[in-house]
Amino acid sequence: MDIVVEHLTKRYGPQKAVDNVSFRVKAGEVLGFLGPNGAGKTTTMKAISCYINPDEGDVKVGGYSIKEHPEIIKKNIGYLPENNPLYQDMNIIDFLEFIAKIHGIPRYLIPERILDMVRICGLEGEKHKLISELSKGYQQRVGLAQALIHDPEILILDEPTTGLDPNQIVEIRELIKRIGKEKTVILSSHILAEVEATCDRILIINNGRIVVDGTAEELRKQAAGNEILKLGIQGGDVNDIFESLLNLETVDSVDFIDIDKQLFEVQSLKEETSVKPIFDLCVRNNYYISELTPTEKKLEDIFRQLTLH
Amino acid sequence: MKQILHIAYRELNSFFDSLTAYVLIVIFLGFSGFFTWIYGADVFFLGQASLDTFFTVAYWSLFVFIPALTMRSIAGELKAGTLELLLTKPVSDWQLILGKFLSTFFLIGIALTPTLFYYFTLWGIGPVDHSAIVLGYLGLLLMSMVYISIGLLTSCLFSNPIVASLTALSIGIFFHIIFDVLAANFVGFTGSVFSFLSLSTHFESITRGVVDTKDLIYFFSISFFCLYSSKMILSNRNLQV
Repeated sequence: MDIVVEHLTKRYGPQKAVDNVSFRVKAGEVLGFLGPNGAGKTTTMKAISCYINPDEGDVKVGGYSIKEHPEIIKKNIGYLPENNPLYQDMNIIDFLEFIAKIHGIPRYLIPERILDMVRICGLEGEKHKLISELSKGYQQRVGLAQALIHDPEILILDEPTTGLDPNQIVEIRELIKRIGKEKTVILSSHILAEVEATCDRILIINNGRIVVDGTAEELRKQAAGNEILKLGIQGGDVNDIFESLLNLETVDSVDFIDIDKQLFEVQSLKEETSVKPIFDLCVRNNYYISELTPTEKKLEDIFRQLTLH
Repeated sequence: MKQILHIAYRELNSFFDSLTAYVLIVIFLGFSGFFTWIYGADVFFLGQASLDTFFTVAYWSLFVFIPALTMRSIAGELKAGTLELLLTKPVSDWQLILGKFLSTFFLIGIALTPTLFYYFTLWGIGPVDHSAIVLGYLGLLLMSMVYISIGLLTSCLFSNPIVASLTALSIGIFFHIIFDVLAANFVGFTGSVFSFLSLSTHFESITRGVVDTKDLIYFFSISFFCLYSSKMILSNRNLQV
């Protein structure tokens, strides 16, 4: 099922939480929804899962509009809300049974589905506990289990890894990846590494508007700009090497990273690469290269650059 | 319909899990039993095989209890965030409201069921006016229906359960007493309007053994109005389903 968001706008009082946002997610795609806190991620997700009514625009899931056929959309969506609200006074099995019934899963299939979910989400040891007795990580798993229990085609996860310990984060990411092979997943986060690790495509949203839409690769390329090399040259005087590097035609600027180890940061001119000139330089002067690493701009930097204004 | 029952069943379970239901039933049976059989104008004092005393006690105690039961129904879900969980499942706003309504209604039903023993006991003691008793129960259920709807409406209006409960109680007081008092103080058209608005007028007319469509319309229209308003308030945050 494709998700098509068309000119979605939602106001909370005078403030626009989401401002004319449009994008589409193809079936089978894992989309990472990134943005600083309060950027409009949650609002967009709430609109897709038919919880809030947008002021303008529309969302179509598999061709059905959220305004006209929410009941069909709701059946096909598994939604894990932010903060993972659960009925604290129920135990896991009863809770999952309730959710399964609400989804209209046939009675004879319910025990099987519940056991599947308990297994997939790693809840075996805890299944008879009250939800209020569970740690945050386990509660998060229950949240995932309730979103998955009816085997939905679309999964919407609002910050699924908040409050988990590093091991659990890895587990949940793997789970999402596994699920993502068969289903359409929209996942929100403000942690870049997470989105990079799990998603096919990244959507960065800031102040209610989409800033970037593309894969992690494209994103890097877009923001990368000039080539930056971390370079180590031995076999000569540091200052001589520095001078001759600066004199290369393709080089824009040179900085010292570490004078003792003779490490430099070499930035090339726009759309030029200095690798070959550097190599030729070393050959001419009998220097040798101890290190040559292209420095990639980190996604974090790109993210900050795009969302800080 | 199934969704409504699932929601009602879950809610009813949580009444029992949180002890609310037990406390309600124990206090309700304690009060009504005490005044029906032991103290004041009890059955033996009156010397009649009638449950009028019981119905009066129940009429008052349910009036006080119901707002306490309904105060959390929507406000609590909203606060805990579970409203979002429920409404993003295939559940419409109406189904949620009716499920909540039914859960409290069932609980009142469960609290009233043991009092059928009063009826059977009375039957053994003397000649009982069966229809009066059946209609008495009917009156109590209709009255509960009205107060549950009012409670649900205030629970939709206020996110603080205490405020919701107190508001439901104060709205209830108008139907319970104030309209009646006003009706007694006015004559002519104004008087009859207040008399029509007063819940006790209709309750008494039913418990006396006369079921008039006017009374039924009264109970059902207030309930419907409150439930419909609740649904509209809920939908304002959400989609119209």
